[in-house]
Amino acid sequence: MGLALFAALFFRLWSLQIVTGDRYLAEANQNRTREIRVQAPRGDVLDRDGKVLVDNRNSMALQLDPIEIPESAAERKELYVRIGRVLGRSPAWVAQKVASTEKNDPPGSPVTLTRDADDDLVYYLQEHQDQFPEVHVNRIFVRQYPQGTAAAHLLGSVGEVTAEDLKKNPEKQLAAGDSLGRAGIEQTYDNQLRGRAGDTRLQVDSTGRIIGQFPSTMPKPGENVRLSIDSGIQQAGEASLNSIGLRGAFVALDVRNGEVLGLGSTPNFDPSIFTRPLSQDQVDALYDEDTGAPLFNRAIGGQYAVGSIFKPFTALAALDAGVISPSDVVNDAGTIRISGQDFDNAGKQAHGPVDLRRSLEVSSDVYYYKLGAAMNGTPQLQNTARDFGFGRAAGIDIPGESEGLVPTPKWLNDAHRKQPEYYDPWVIGQNIQFAIGQGYFQASPLQMAVAYAALGNGGDLLEPQLMFQTEDSAGRVIKEAEPRVMNRIPIDPAARQVIMEGLHDAAQAPGGTSYKVFGGFPVKIAGKTGTAERAGEADQAWYAALAPYPDPKIAVVVTVEQGGFGADTAAPVASQILQTYFHKQAGQVSGGTGAVE
Amino acid sequence: MESSPLTDRERSSIGLRLMEKAGLAEMDGWLAVAVLGLFAMSLFTLQQATAEPTGQYLQRQALYGLVGIIGMIAISRIDYSRFRELRVGIYTFLCASIFAVFAFGVAARGSTNSLELPFFTFQPAELGKLLLILALAGFVIDGARRGTGFRRTLSYLALGLFPTGLVLLQDLGTSLVFAAITATILMIAGTRWTHLAAIGTGAIAFTAIVLVLMPMVGAPVLKEYQQDRLTSFLSPSSTIGDAGYQQNQAKVGIGAGGTTGRGDQATQSDLGFVPERHTDFIFAVVAERYGFVGAALVLSLFALLFWRALRLMTLSKNRYGTLVAGGIAAAIIFQVFVNVGMNLGIMPITGIPLPLVSYGGSAVIATFLMIGVLQSIHIESHAAQRSPWID
Repeated sequence: MGLALFAALFFRLWSLQIVTGDRYLAEANQNRTREIRVQAPRGDVLDRDGKVLVDNRNSMALQLDPIEIPESAAERKELYVRIGRVLGRSPAWVAQKVASTEKNDPPGSPVTLTRDADDDLVYYLQEHQDQFPEVHVNRIFVRQYPQGTAAAHLLGSVGEVTAEDLKKNPEKQLAAGDSLGRAGIEQTYDNQLRGRAGDTRLQVDSTGRIIGQFPSTMPKPGENVRLSIDSGIQQAGEASLNSIGLRGAFVALDVRNGEVLGLGSTPNFDPSIFTRPLSQDQVDALYDEDTGAPLFNRAIGGQYAVGSIFKPFTALAALDAGVISPSDVVNDAGTIRISGQDFDNAGKQAHGPVDLRRSLEVSSDVYYYKLGAAMNGTPQLQNTARDFGFGRAAGIDIPGESEGLVPTPKWLNDAHRKQPEYYDPWVIGQNIQFAIGQGYFQASPLQMAVAYAALGNGGDLLEPQLMFQTEDSAGRVIKEAEPRVMNRIPIDPAARQVIMEGLHDAAQAPGGTSYKVFGGFPVKIAGKTGTAERAGEADQAWYAALAPYPDPKIAVVVTVEQGGFGADTAAPVASQILQTYFHKQAGQVSGGTGAVE
Repeated sequence: MESSPLTDRERSSIGLRLMEKAGLAEMDGWLAVAVLGLFAMSLFTLQQATAEPTGQYLQRQALYGLVGIIGMIAISRIDYSRFRELRVGIYTFLCASIFAVFAFGVAARGSTNSLELPFFTFQPAELGKLLLILALAGFVIDGARRGTGFRRTLSYLALGLFPTGLVLLQDLGTSLVFAAITATILMIAGTRWTHLAAIGTGAIAFTAIVLVLMPMVGAPVLKEYQQDRLTSFLSPSSTIGDAGYQQNQAKVGIGAGGTTGRGDQATQSDLGFVPERHTDFIFAVVAERYGFVGAALVLSLFALLFWRALRLMTLSKNRYGTLVAGGIAAAIIFQVFVNVGMNLGIMPITGIPLPLVSYGGSAVIATFLMIGVLQSIHIESHAAQRSPWID
C-alpha cells in the first residue's frame, strides 16, 4: 500500500515536471513578468511655418488585462461587478467593453475601460492595486488640435489597431494598443508619425504589486510632419467659405512646385471628436446629406461640372488643333444654332465680335460652342483635358480623391450598354457642352487647381503635395518633399500669353466678369469665373485664379455649391485667400477690396 | 623516541569506539541516512529559498534539528518497551496537553493549536502523534489478552478518537494524522475485518455529517477556510487569495522546475506565488528549484525511511514494537502523501507539514523523537538477537 502511494506521487511528479514542464515554465514566466507596451508619442503635424496643427496630450487610461479575465461565467460576473462598482458602471457595461475588445481588437489586447480617467480614480486604483490586480493604469497619448477645426479634412484621425489592421499591415509590425492613422495625413504618413512603442517588463509578485523592472526598450517618438499648408491661407479660405453658409471647397497651390498652400471643404467638423468613441448620432451627423456630410472632403472628392473655368483648356485644345487662331473673331449674338439645335449664352446676352482674349474676358459661351463643335469627331478636346490631369486622380498625398470624368463617345456608348434605359447617344451637343465645362464632364476643385497651376507655370503638371518635410522630434529635417512633375504639356507660349491676358482682363479689365471683385485688387491677377448648371439646383459658383499676373506663383480654385454666379460667391473667397497670400508675401498690401459690391 | 599511548589498531578504531560509547553504532544506518538527508534538504532549501527575514528560518530550523537529534539519540537509548508500561500516564499527558491548548493556546493562521512556552511556541498535537502511538499500542497489546470482541475494538477506537476529536477542533490536518494512526494500529493489531469495515462505514458517515449535514443545518464543525480548502481541491479556481489559486500556483512552480530545476530563477516560490513556501508548500519550492532530480531525491529518502520502518516491524523483539513501528511508519507516510499530494495538486489543502523538511519546531522535534523510538526498536532487536533467551 505504501509502495502504491509512493508510485502515485512519483508518477504525478514525473508527469508535472518532465511531461508538461515546458507549459508550466511558460506560465511561471508569465506570472513573474508583465510586459507593458510603452506607447510612443505620435509625431506632430505642423503647418509650413511650424504652427502646430496636431499634437498630443497625456491621458490616463484604465485597462483590464485580458489574462486576468476568468473563464468561468460566475467569476467573470464577479469581476465585472467589482470593476463596475469602482467605475460607477453596470456589470453589463464592463462585459460589453470586454466583448467588443475581444471581437474587434487583436488577441490579447487590453480592454480599455476608460480613457481620460480622472485623478481621483487613478489614485484610488493605485492605492488599492491589490484589490484590483486586473486593472492597470496606463499613460496614453491622445491627439489634440490647437487650431480647432482648421484643416480638419486633411489631417485625418487615428484609431487603435484592430485585428483587421494587423492582418492587413503585416509589414508595419503593429501590436495591440498601437495607434494607426485612419484618414488624411495621419493615414498617408502613418509610418513616419507613428514611431515605435517601447517595452517595459515589470516584475510582479503574486498580488500584482510591481517589485522590479527588467531592461526595457525605449519608445521611439514619431517624426513630425510639416505640411506645406499656410495656416493664414487655410483660415482665410475656411472663414470666408463658412461665412457664405453654403457647401463648398477651395484649393490653393504653389504653381511652381505643387505645394498645397490651403485646402478646405465646408461644412467642417471638429477633428477632436475622433479621440473618443463616437455615438451613433455623431456618426450619422458626419455622413448626413442634410447637414452636408461634413466628413466629405469636397476639395478632393467632389465631382462637379465646372462651367466656364474650363474654357482656357478648350481654347488651348482648339489652338493646338488649328481649329482657330488667337486673332480669329467670332460674332457672339448670344445664341448659336448647331445641327438644328440652339445653344445660348447665359441670359442670351450678346457680346458681339469676340476674339480669344475677349472670349475669356466676357466669358462668351458662343465662342466655345463653336470650338466644341469644330473639335467634335476628333479626340482633341478629350486629349487636352487628359493632358491637364482631368479624368484621373491628381495624386495628392491624402486618400479620398475622385477621378472626375472626361466624356468620350466610347465612354458614353459603354455606359449605355450597361444601362440601355437611359439611351443618350453621343451627338455633337455632348462635345459642345464639354467645351464649356458642362455636360458629362466632371472635375474636382483639386484637379482644376492642378490644371490651372500647369497653365500658370507654362505646362508642368505637378503632383499636389501636402507634405513639406518630415522632421525628427528635435526638429531636424529628415526628408524634404521634391516637386513631382506628372506631365510636361507642350503649350505654345504665344497661345498661353493670349489666354493669360484674357484671364487678366476677365478679373481686372472693366468689362471682365469678376471686375467687381478684383478690379481694385492691389496685385495684378488672372482669374476666371464659372457658373455650372446642376439639374434641380441653383447654379454652382466657381472661381479660378492665377497670381500675380503675368508670372503667377499661386493658383486658387474655389467652388460654392448653389452659389449662383461665380463672381458673387466664389470670387470673394478667392480674393480673401489671395489677399492673405500677398499680405504675407509683401508684408504689406493694405486692406482688401475683395468685398462684393 | 616518544610513543603514542594508543596502538595503531586503537587509533584506527577510535571513531568507531566513540560511536559505540554513544550507542550510535547500534543504530540503523540507513534510517539515519534517510532522516539526516531529509533534514539536510530542509536546511539547504530554507537557506537558498527564503531570504526573508534573512537567515532567521534557517537558524531556527537548525536549532530545532539539533534539539531533535539530541532527543532522538537520547530516546534511542531507552528501551521502548518501558513506554508500554507508562501507557496510562502517556495517554493522560497527551489529552491534558491538548486540553491545555484550549485553556492557554495562542492563535496562528486561523487555528489555535499551540502553547506559548519560554523560547518556543509548542504544538502539543505534534508530539501527540508519538504519544498516541505509544499509548494506543500499549492499550491494544494489553487488551489483546482479554479477547477480540467488537466492544474491545470499539474501546480502542474510542481511545484513539477522543484525542483525535480534540485535535480536530484545533487543526483539521493533524486530526487526520491521529485518525490514520488509530486506524493503522487497529489494523496491524489484527482487528477482525468485519470490525474494520464497520468502522470504515462509520467514518464515511461521520465525514458526510461533518462536511455536508452540519453546515446544512447551520452548525459547521469545520471553519469556513477549512471547508474552502477541502472543496477548492475539487474545483480549482484562479482568483488570487483563495486556496485553489494557491494550489494552482504551486503546481505551476513544480511543473516549471522541469528535470533539473530553475535554481535561483525559481520565481514562483521566490516571488510569493507559491503560498507558505517554507512550511506546507516547501516541497513545491524544492521541486521548482531543483527539479525532478531534487524532488525525486526527497521522495526517495522518504521511501527509504518507510522501508526501514516496515523492516523494523518484522524485526521487532515484541508485538508492541511491531505496533509502534507500524504506527510511526503510518504517521510519517500519511503526512508525506497528503503533503506532497497537496503540493502536486492531487490532494486537498489540509495544512499538514512535510516531516523533517517543512520549517517548524514542534513537528521537526516530534519527528526526530519518532525516529528515536524506531532506533530503539532496532537496537533492542539486535540486543535480543545476541541474547535469544530473553524475551
